[in-house]
Parts: sequence; C-alpha cells; structure tokens
Amino acid sequence: MSAAAVAAQTRVELTLTLRRGESVLLTLGIPVVLLAFFSVVDVLPLPAGVREPVDFLAPGILALAVMSTAMVSLAIATGFERSYGVLKRLGATPLGRPALLAAKTAAVLAVEALQVVVLVAVASLLGWRPEGSALLAAGAVLLATVAFAGIGLLMAGTLRGEVTLAAANGLYLVLLLLGGMVFPLDRLPAALEAVARLLPAAALSEALDGALSAPAAVAAGPWVVLAAWAVAAPALAAWRFRWE
Amino acid sequence: MPASPDLPAVSVAGLVVRYGRVTAVDGVSFDARAGQVLALLGPNGAGKTTTVETLEGYRRPDAGSVSVLGLDPVDDHAGLVPRLGVMLQRGGVYPGIRPREVLRLFAAFYPDPEDPDELLERVGLSSVARSTWRALSGGEQQRLSLALAVVGRPEVAFLDEPTAGVDPGGRQVVRQVVRDLAAAGAAVVLTTHELEEAERLADRVVIVDRGAVVAAGTLAELTAGGPAQEIRFGAPPGLDAPALAVALGAAVEEVAPGEYLVGCAPTPAAVAALTAWLADADLPLADLRAGRHTLEDVFLRLTGADHDEPDRARAGDGRAARSARQGRSGP
Repeated sequence: MSAAAVAAQTRVELTLTLRRGESVLLTLGIPVVLLAFFSVVDVLPLPAGVREPVDFLAPGILALAVMSTAMVSLAIATGFERSYGVLKRLGATPLGRPALLAAKTAAVLAVEALQVVVLVAVASLLGWRPEGSALLAAGAVLLATVAFAGIGLLMAGTLRGEVTLAAANGLYLVLLLLGGMVFPLDRLPAALEAVARLLPAAALSEALDGALSAPAAVAAGPWVVLAAWAVAAPALAAWRFRWE
Repeated sequence: MPASPDLPAVSVAGLVVRYGRVTAVDGVSFDARAGQVLALLGPNGAGKTTTVETLEGYRRPDAGSVSVLGLDPVDDHAGLVPRLGVMLQRGGVYPGIRPREVLRLFAAFYPDPEDPDELLERVGLSSVARSTWRALSGGEQQRLSLALAVVGRPEVAFLDEPTAGVDPGGRQVVRQVVRDLAAAGAAVVLTTHELEEAERLADRVVIVDRGAVVAAGTLAELTAGGPAQEIRFGAPPGLDAPALAVALGAAVEEVAPGEYLVGCAPTPAAVAALTAWLADADLPLADLRAGRHTLEDVFLRLTGADHDEPDRARAGDGRAARSARQGRSGP
C-alpha cells in the first residue's frame, strides 16, 4: 500500500464529501440545527434526572453526527461510486482495496473530527459543560464508526445506488427516533425500547452519555451492543459486497 | 521489465466466457504485440467488451486462457495493474470531480506518471479543467477516460470503444494519443464497432461476431483476399446500364441508387472503357474502386449475412461504412 496513493485518495474523498451540499447538510447542518433548536425551545421530554435539555441532547447529537457520516454519507457516496463504475475503474489501478478502505476510513474520521469540534463549540455556547472521559467517548465513537460503516457499506455493496440512497435515509430517520438522540429511550413503549437498545444508535448515545458524565461510567449493555455490531456489520459487508 | 520481444504482450487462446446460459465469448484467440494497435472489430453484442474485461482481470475465463505481459490478469492482478492502462466503455469517474483533480489522483497511483497538466493539454481539456465530470460533454468524458488510461505510462492499454460519442475534432485527439501510446512501445488493444476507426488506427484487426473470431490479420491481408472480379463505381442514379453492359461486354448492375457493380476483372482496359463511356455521355464519376475489397466488404460479408438482428447490425454499421468510404475516396 503506497502512502502517496492513500494520501491522494483521502484528499479526493474529503474534497468530494465537502463539495456535496446534501452531505454537508446531513453531517453538519441537521445536527447543529437539532441541537440548537431543541436546547432553546423547551418541547422535548427529558430523561429522569436531567434538568437542562442540552445536557441530554449534546451526547445524543454527537451520536447522530457519527451515524450521519459513518453510515448515511458513506453509504450514499459508495453506492453511487459503485453504480457509476468508479469502484470498478479503481480496481484496475494500483491503488488496491486495502488502500481504498484506508482512505475512506481516514476521510470519515476527518469529517467526524470536524463535526465534534463544531458540535462541542455550539453545545458549549448553549451551556453544556462536558465532564467524564474524552478518551472513553473517543473509544465509543471509534467502535460505533466501525459498526455504522459496516452497515453503510453493506447497503452500498449490495443495493443499487438509488435504493441505497433511500434505504440509508430511511434508516437514518428510524435510528434518529429510536436512538435516544432527541427522544429519551425510557419514554418509548417497553417493547420498542427493548428493540432500540439492541441497535447501534441507542448504544452509542448511551455510551457517550455515560462517558461524558461525572464520574465517567461504562455500562456493559451499550458497549457490548456496539462491539457486536462493530464485528458483525463489517464482516457481513466484506462477505456480501459486490464491486460492480 | 519489458516483455520479451518474442512473446506477445497479450495472448488469448480459446477463450470462452459464459453469463449463466449465454455464451458471450466462444473460443476467441489472438495475440497483441508491443508497439502495435490491435482492433477488436464487431457489431454490438459480439463479445468484445467481455473479452477485454477478461484481459483486465474483471472475470475469469470459463475455458481457454489469457495472459497479459506473461501474467494471469486475476491471479497476478497486483503485479499487473501498475503496467496496465484501462478505459472502460463508460463511466468510471466520480461525477463531482474535476478533470485536473482526477488526473492528479490517478497520477499518484503510478511510479512514473505523465505530468497531469501536460496530459490535460494533449487531450484538449485544459479549458474545462475546472468543470466537474458530470458537466462535461460525452466526448470530453471519453477523452478524460483516455487520459486516465495513459497517465501511468502503461505497457499494455485496453481501450473499450475509445471514440464512441466523440466528435470529429475529438477523434483526431483520441487517434493521436493512441498512436503515441503505440509509438512509446505499448501494446494497445481497442474495441470498436466502427470500421473507420479500425481502418485508421489499427495495425491488426480481429473481426468478432457472436463471440467468435471470423477474420484476423493486417488491413492489407484482410482486404486483399477473395475473388475481386468486379469494378464498383459511383455515378448519377439511373444510368443506361444495359447500354453500358454492351459497351463493356460485362454485366452491369445498379446495386444501390448511384452505385454500380460491373462483373468483370478490373483490368486497365476495362477501367479505360468504363471511363470513356462515361466521358462520351458527359457523366461525372463519383467513386471508383477496383481490385481490392474494403474492410467494409469483408466485414459485411462475414458479419452481415444471416445475422440474428440484421436490421440493427446493418443500420449501425452502414453509417460507419459510408463515412469509411468517404474517408477512402478523398483526394
């Protein structure tokens, strides 16, 4: 794997992501608006024991941002690259699949870093004072990124480009509602809550919430769920992915 | 490490490729050599793209064998791709990327690439270097795809329909790039369904139809064979063919409006008699062909007759054939 090739590929992945208006809207616009709106406008139910909306919203919206980039944006971009024959064409260059995957990973992590900077800044302006362990939070984000990217690439590698677009957006909405991101999990009906807790979105919100509380807490449930998705989804994607 | 001069750069032997029950390629064999342009010529659906994609390593042969620079395109993929240039039939580029960006990207993949800006100039895309791929015309997209195929200075290039959808100015550019590539020592294998392109570009032509090779050789070899006991000429429609037949002592037939076929050997005396007769009648001679088949004759004889879809094949190829003749009969 040539470092120059990975660097060039990463630069192009990042440039194209930031050039797509809908991708910037999805990864930065929507999270910032949701965070600011529901922090200021007091309409959302809050989980027991939380006083300020932003204290509940900030970890959840960070989780939403990770999901937008690692799953939705990656799935849509890769799905269209597949239907436009870009992946096929790259297959006939010396770049190689490991290098392509490395470049996509680097680009996703770079966008996530940008999202964290922007969202933490906005949340701080709204009065959020994160405590706990940033390292633990970063670990949860990395684990979730692997899980979400696996789901995104599974869709991109098996469905047509347009179907991937629709499916990724649909899944985004479902996981937004069932992810404990803007709507507390304990307000869901019991059966739905049980299902939601097995999904990676809620697991990430919970893990982030625990990591950024004082003292930092590691609840076994969310971390086990995240780890399971982080193993299963990429494995399934690697097995089912079709390059043409 | 250049390929040994004795060995062909590309070798295809008894290649069979099936998609389910459909046999797309059925026993194709040919060799391509360094420094030469080989054209796979045939109607749509003849198996050209499948053959080339097997050479590119996108699929494995169901039977027979292929080798590129002595390597197996699938098993030795990583070793082969740095020495390969590929132009897919369509697509293959990010819709939102700009020509200069994608050329620089591809240049970064190869050890000794061409200069992206110079290459952009050579394919005539400097003026649109800041447009995105989706905003380029079809011909501009083709020229960019070609530039991406040559940026790594390949030893072997596979170009699938490089001139399809390219305007006449763009075709000149494509032909020059292909010639330069061969002159630099690369083996070039291109596909086309257009006779004119094969005639203009190829050192060797392999005519394929329905998955099989129906003829192969240099242009001279392909067009020299066969019983050419005829003279073809173009003149105003509705000539007095019977009178001309008497004057020449041979059958004269108007095979198409304004196109005539004389059934005698093209001796100088026969040609002189024909032109004298036309001169006496004060009739213009539009076109005169004697003694040699054109590639069009060969192609239509081999692929046109009893074709499954004769209308489509003839309609598509007829257009190319006419322009091929215009190119040939020019001053």
